[in-house]
Amino acid sequence: MNAVIQTKIKKNTGWKLYLQTVIGRAYPRVIGQQREKSWIFFELFMPMLAICAYVFVYRAIGAPEEYIGFVVVGGAMTAFWLNVLWSMSSQLYWEKEQGNLSLYIIAPNSMMAILLGMALGGLFASLLRAIVIILLGSLLFNVTFTVSNFLQLFIVFTLTMIALYGMGMMTSSMFLLLSREAWHLASLAQEPVYLISGFYFPIKYLGFWLAIGASIIPLTLGLDAMRQLVFPSGATLGFLTVPVEIAILLMLSVLFLIGAYLLLRYMEKLAIQEGRLTENRR
Amino acid sequence: MTLAIDNLKSKIGNRKLYSRSFLMAAWLGWQIESNWTDPFLFAIYSIIKPLAAAAILVVMYSVITQGNFQDPLFTYMYLGNALYFYVTQIMNSIVWAVIDDREHYKTLKYIYTAPIHFPTYLFGRSVATFIISTIAVLITITIGVVFLHVQLDPLAVNWPLFLLTMVIGINMLALMGFLLAGFMLVIVHHSWELGGAVAGSLFLFSGAIFPLETLPPFIRWIGYLIPISYWLELARRALVPPIAAAFPTFSHFSNLQLLGILLALTLILALIASYSFRRCEHIAREKGRIDIVTNY
Repeated sequence: MNAVIQTKIKKNTGWKLYLQTVIGRAYPRVIGQQREKSWIFFELFMPMLAICAYVFVYRAIGAPEEYIGFVVVGGAMTAFWLNVLWSMSSQLYWEKEQGNLSLYIIAPNSMMAILLGMALGGLFASLLRAIVIILLGSLLFNVTFTVSNFLQLFIVFTLTMIALYGMGMMTSSMFLLLSREAWHLASLAQEPVYLISGFYFPIKYLGFWLAIGASIIPLTLGLDAMRQLVFPSGATLGFLTVPVEIAILLMLSVLFLIGAYLLLRYMEKLAIQEGRLTENRR
Repeated sequence: MTLAIDNLKSKIGNRKLYSRSFLMAAWLGWQIESNWTDPFLFAIYSIIKPLAAAAILVVMYSVITQGNFQDPLFTYMYLGNALYFYVTQIMNSIVWAVIDDREHYKTLKYIYTAPIHFPTYLFGRSVATFIISTIAVLITITIGVVFLHVQLDPLAVNWPLFLLTMVIGINMLALMGFLLAGFMLVIVHHSWELGGAVAGSLFLFSGAIFPLETLPPFIRWIGYLIPISYWLELARRALVPPIAAAFPTFSHFSNLQLLGILLALTLILALIASYSFRRCEHIAREKGRIDIVTNY
């Protein structure tokens, strides 16, 4: 008994605590999500259903074959959007509902580190699903990819993910103030973003100004650039050139990460002042 | 004589129980669906999802055909997609009533102990969604007719056939939701995607947005087994007869035959759903899952 009491617990501080928090919050995302078999099934099955439906629509209207590839890539990227929407943006609302949020606040760690851990873990888990969806879609519908520039593809994907998850971190702090409406608002953002980000068709067909407006969502330009880089006809159907899209994605990444940091501080203070951190309006 | 009076009293009592369960659930469903925000945001929320889903199809179609909205395929696709909104919403509303009451509000055990008829209560919970979906579908179709040349002429619509089709169809969809609600009582862990997954699968096989002939032959037969395919075909025949006639999928059936098939499949579904729900409910009680909370 005495030995237990006298055992010294080594407490990390500073950057070590920050890193420990990131790993600690990423862990359930990486390991926990793989343990939940029903999640894996549904997260692969649902996008595949949408991909199949839209592929058959394109076939019914006699679309060129590269559009099938566009749908497969778009369908795979839904994994990231759904993850950001349901497991980033609305995550703090779920935590509040389950009573964890107040524990996060009183623990001696950084909320930013918690959000970062959530983002990195979610990104990894979604990446696995996206790869499987692309493989399945490609096998089912004979999609072939011709990568014209691997380095640009890597940069585009990385920047898209940084910007996207940065946006998720930023919006999750806004969800701190929400209650029942959080679920509905996340649900509201699902289909419209599939539309305005061009998940199933080239974004340039929405028209210049609408496409520019939609570019605030990093997946819009990310998807467009990736399609340009992996399909031979992608460049002709692209909205902006790949270097321009990379530059915009870089700006969005910086903007959203700084925005997430500032907004989180502000919203946390506001939520504490208004007593909404432990509020549970079902 | 006394026995007959007792039976009559019991029947009247049951009818009261059913109507009370249904009306109370409908009112509760409406409150849950709508009172989280102000009416303006609620109205936008209710119509934006079906409109966005329709707009994705419109853009896809427009990109490939350079905006040839006169083609019968466009009207076929647009109407099928709009009507399919009922499938997703009604089915999900009944499934989610179980998840919400058991895991979110944690009231399922109290509902079981209250003097209400639970299956009737579940059907009642879908009423609000039905009303909201009807408004959303009407707006979607109106936008299609006004702005996108969807070839629907209100004067040429076979209204009696349409209304009959909708009455049978909506009941059929509610029964599908009821069937899934039974499964929900047994499947306790993270099962909120079940309704969406089933609705999504049926979307693929029901010929909602493309004729069944587009599907590979080895999976096309599934479409002929599900009542939704017949419901959508009948709705199209009632709303846009010349468009429906342009597609061969069910051309060898008359309207009456299709109605007969839809009705027969709905009755079979009712029997299966009723048996399955009772069985699942029994298992859920045996395993203590009526009040289980698995972190929704």
